[in-house]
Amino acid sequence: MAAPLTLLLIVAVTIRAVLFRSSLAELISERVEVVSPLNAWKRVVEGLALLDLGVSPYSGDVFHETPLMIYLFHFTVDYAEIVFMVSPYFVDCLSCFLASLDRFRKQKYALESDRYPADCLELLRSPKEMFYIPLKVAMFYLLNPFTILSCVAKSTCGLNNAIIALFIFCTLKGSALLSGILLALATYQSIYPLTLFAPALLFFLQRLYIPVNLRRSSFWCFTLQYAFIYVGSLVVITGLSFFLLGSWDFIPSVYGFIFSVPDLTPNIGLFWYFFAEMFEHFRLFFICVFQINVFFYTIPLSIKLKEHPVFLIFMQIAIISIFKSYPTVGDVALYMAFLPAWSHLYRFLRNIFLVSCVLLACSALFPVLWHLWIYAGSANSNFYYAITLLFNFGQILLVSDYFYAYLRREHHLTHGLYLKKKDGTEATLVLK
Amino acid sequence: MGLLSDPNRRKALTNLLTRLNAPICMVCYLAAIVWFMGLAFEPFTLRTYMSENAMGSTMVEERFSSGERALSLAKEFDAHKRKAGGMPMEWLVKAMQARGLEVFTQSFSRKLPFPDENKERYMVRGTNVYGILRAPRAPRTEALVITAPCSPGNSNNQAVGLLLALAQYFRNQIFWAKDIIFLVNEHDLIGMQAWLEGYHHTNITGMEYSPLQGRAGSIQAALSLELSSDVITSLDLILEGLNGQLPNLDLANLFYAFCQKLGVLCTIQGKLQRNDWDTAEGYTHAAQTMMLMVLKQACGRSWGDHGLFLRYHIEAASIRGINGFRHYKMDVATIGRLLEGMVRKLNNLLERLHQSYFFYLLPSLSRFVSIGYYMPAFGLLAVILLLRALDLWVNLGAPALEAVDGVTEAEQPSGPGVLTVLTPVVISHLTGVALYLLPVHLQEMAVEHFPVSETEAVVLTAVAIYTAGLALPHNTQRLLSGEGTEQGWKVLKLTALLYLAVLLGCTALINFSLGFILAVTLVPITASMTPHMPKALSALAMVLLSPAFTILYCVFIYQELIEAPVSVSEGWMLFLSVISQGILDHALYGSLVYPLLALFIYPCWLMFWNILFWS
Repeated sequence: MAAPLTLLLIVAVTIRAVLFRSSLAELISERVEVVSPLNAWKRVVEGLALLDLGVSPYSGDVFHETPLMIYLFHFTVDYAEIVFMVSPYFVDCLSCFLASLDRFRKQKYALESDRYPADCLELLRSPKEMFYIPLKVAMFYLLNPFTILSCVAKSTCGLNNAIIALFIFCTLKGSALLSGILLALATYQSIYPLTLFAPALLFFLQRLYIPVNLRRSSFWCFTLQYAFIYVGSLVVITGLSFFLLGSWDFIPSVYGFIFSVPDLTPNIGLFWYFFAEMFEHFRLFFICVFQINVFFYTIPLSIKLKEHPVFLIFMQIAIISIFKSYPTVGDVALYMAFLPAWSHLYRFLRNIFLVSCVLLACSALFPVLWHLWIYAGSANSNFYYAITLLFNFGQILLVSDYFYAYLRREHHLTHGLYLKKKDGTEATLVLK
Repeated sequence: MGLLSDPNRRKALTNLLTRLNAPICMVCYLAAIVWFMGLAFEPFTLRTYMSENAMGSTMVEERFSSGERALSLAKEFDAHKRKAGGMPMEWLVKAMQARGLEVFTQSFSRKLPFPDENKERYMVRGTNVYGILRAPRAPRTEALVITAPCSPGNSNNQAVGLLLALAQYFRNQIFWAKDIIFLVNEHDLIGMQAWLEGYHHTNITGMEYSPLQGRAGSIQAALSLELSSDVITSLDLILEGLNGQLPNLDLANLFYAFCQKLGVLCTIQGKLQRNDWDTAEGYTHAAQTMMLMVLKQACGRSWGDHGLFLRYHIEAASIRGINGFRHYKMDVATIGRLLEGMVRKLNNLLERLHQSYFFYLLPSLSRFVSIGYYMPAFGLLAVILLLRALDLWVNLGAPALEAVDGVTEAEQPSGPGVLTVLTPVVISHLTGVALYLLPVHLQEMAVEHFPVSETEAVVLTAVAIYTAGLALPHNTQRLLSGEGTEQGWKVLKLTALLYLAVLLGCTALINFSLGFILAVTLVPITASMTPHMPKALSALAMVLLSPAFTILYCVFIYQELIEAPVSVSEGWMLFLSVISQGILDHALYGSLVYPLLALFIYPCWLMFWNILFWS
């Protein structure tokens, strides 16, 4: 296990080092698919320069990182720039590695508990299959071209991904304190991970054998405890930012920027075109609709998947990366890294061919249509947005496909693999 | 979404698609060809119309009358050109200054990667001369460009003469709202490239040039003039630019409108328009005109000096005077009036030309085929690849699921299957890289060892590497540890089919003609290729439909269409010169056709070649 992993790390680092040294790095760091106004390295440098001059980095409309981030870079930018950009991936790899180990243990329990129908044994994963999952997860993340691009562009998205990965790691390890703090940190970075509160809570409740029952005091006790850790650390982190900077400038500049979407630079998300076309007086209403859209899915999904918090985390991360206001390919890479962990769902996936074709074609078409629009001037924004829509359609199809497959597997686990109709013929499951 | 979520209906559809796969593909291919040929049929095309308001509704009165002066200036220019043995810089500067322009010069030099035998040049050194007529009526933020090349020999003297006469005439008018730049460029495209790079402060091709001293506003449109005789019978409009880029259709409409107004015969691809679309001859004529445009666009080179402007988002076209065997001749003053009218209308522009189409094919000057009409022809071909891929996918069933997940075909979960697919992919691409890099870099070594010139060395090295690539399957198999399995070639073919589909799709978006021509030749063999076919026969078919042979066919068809048929040996020589021109165009102006073919299309074709010899 260790040898292939080391080899993988060497390969991954080599690819990145080569790309950093090549002339491509500059090109990549300008691509709108890879960097957004929130996480572009160019903007970090600008913010650092302002900070060095004694000006508030938020005094222009350029810098939108959080204060902690800029102080982090303030101390590391001179000597550890590249190393810093590479390190998150090791963390991520490690965490996913342990994440799947944990699932492995859980699965073994499930096997022993002997509560499934006999013909479902083939649905359960053998330890041998489980053994390779961490490696596959690491491979999917480290060698994913999306991650590589994001890393070479020095997008700070990689750091945010690392924080979320660490949060998942701590959650699965069962440390409520660390998990709460890291979740607060992730929320502080980009707000949207707020929705991960629900799955984390569900996971701890499940782990401590506390039933989700609104009338039980133990349920409320733990919920309040976890919420207190979360909110408390959020307040501490925000307060710390205030004391570091001496002003509340960063609140409108970071969170206002995320929520009100003033920068309509094209990206792979759904916001820019829509709000560029919109009449000004509808803007507030539709911003509310679009932003609520991201958070809304938490409720139905938490109810449906309350027994399966880990899968819920995956669903939430995917939804955030599809519907957030400034998505980049780095966000897409984060939830794609989870896909090998659900390799046991492959047999129930229905549209994987279609989805791979769509994602593959879109990834190739983004730069082509960008070229035609911006450089050649012969195409226009509609062409580019069409591809954005298609790309998001592909992602949504992928996520809903996995959701369906998961539910179907659960259904088969309880009802047996070969379903019979009442008259004895073979039945098929239909999702409506 | 019912189709995507209901398993029964999905199964029915997949069954239908796999069972009828071959007939559907056949029908698609035929439909694509018929659709494409139908594009030239007049009832299926649209009549051109002026979309730009600022150019459509305003009236312009043309008064240019100094045709005689233009001709005398042309003679003077000719005499000085002969004396100077190149660009008569001092005379031209004086002549422009005498006409009240701000005159500047730019010198440039460029060493070609290898000698250009068509134009007989290797170390190029020259000077561009340009004069700016400042706009009296508006802030000088926008500009128009009129260019004429200073060509060796007798050609294009009249163009420079007319340019100077126009400058003198324009100087006395008061309605200019945009600066007008009069540019005389030496060494045709190389000079133009140097000037444009100097103007926009870029350097993308490694040209050495002196910086421009004078500058006008951002250039809105450019017209390039080629005129080699005192009288002409017709004017030819040239639109195809670098990488198959076309200017906005409104520029062609403008030209057509003024030709109609002044009663000038106008042609496109050197072909006059015919009115008898309902006869077989009429249709053939339109189809020939369109095919010529497709071939010219596909080769991705700039067919006139205007072609390099397009890269900078400047709408540009070349106008070439043709002196044929017709009775009705026009003098230079008429062409001057035509240019005056066009420039005045362009002067009225409030924003860049953007209203009309950028993606079109022209079966004649008054008819056009827009992207919505021609794309289905390509779409039908691309669908074949996807259908075949779907068929393979269903065939492979569950085990292959892992192979095409993720985003590239190169990155797959580990296992014995990956290596069998990855090895041919990597080896094919390495051959492509060799084909791209080696010909230019190895020319010295080749010249030392073989009795050939540098140009021949480059072209023949390219041909040799291309041919050597055919021996690859043998070597690839040796690298593989075990026997190639049935699954192996299916996964490889699936990967290659998707790869080809994406590749052709991207190409067709940037340069429809190139994408379509490649699809027409590559799709039939790639869709049907399996290792179980008779080896010799299908190998022959594959070679005959390979990218290099496609170029060869295009050379013959092109010669046939311009009514200058060539024999086989002449065709071969032309083919070699086309390759050298392609490599030169890439090195000098950044044309993308050569790298596309060498780095992507050829390796992709090699992957299918590998499948044929899968053992």
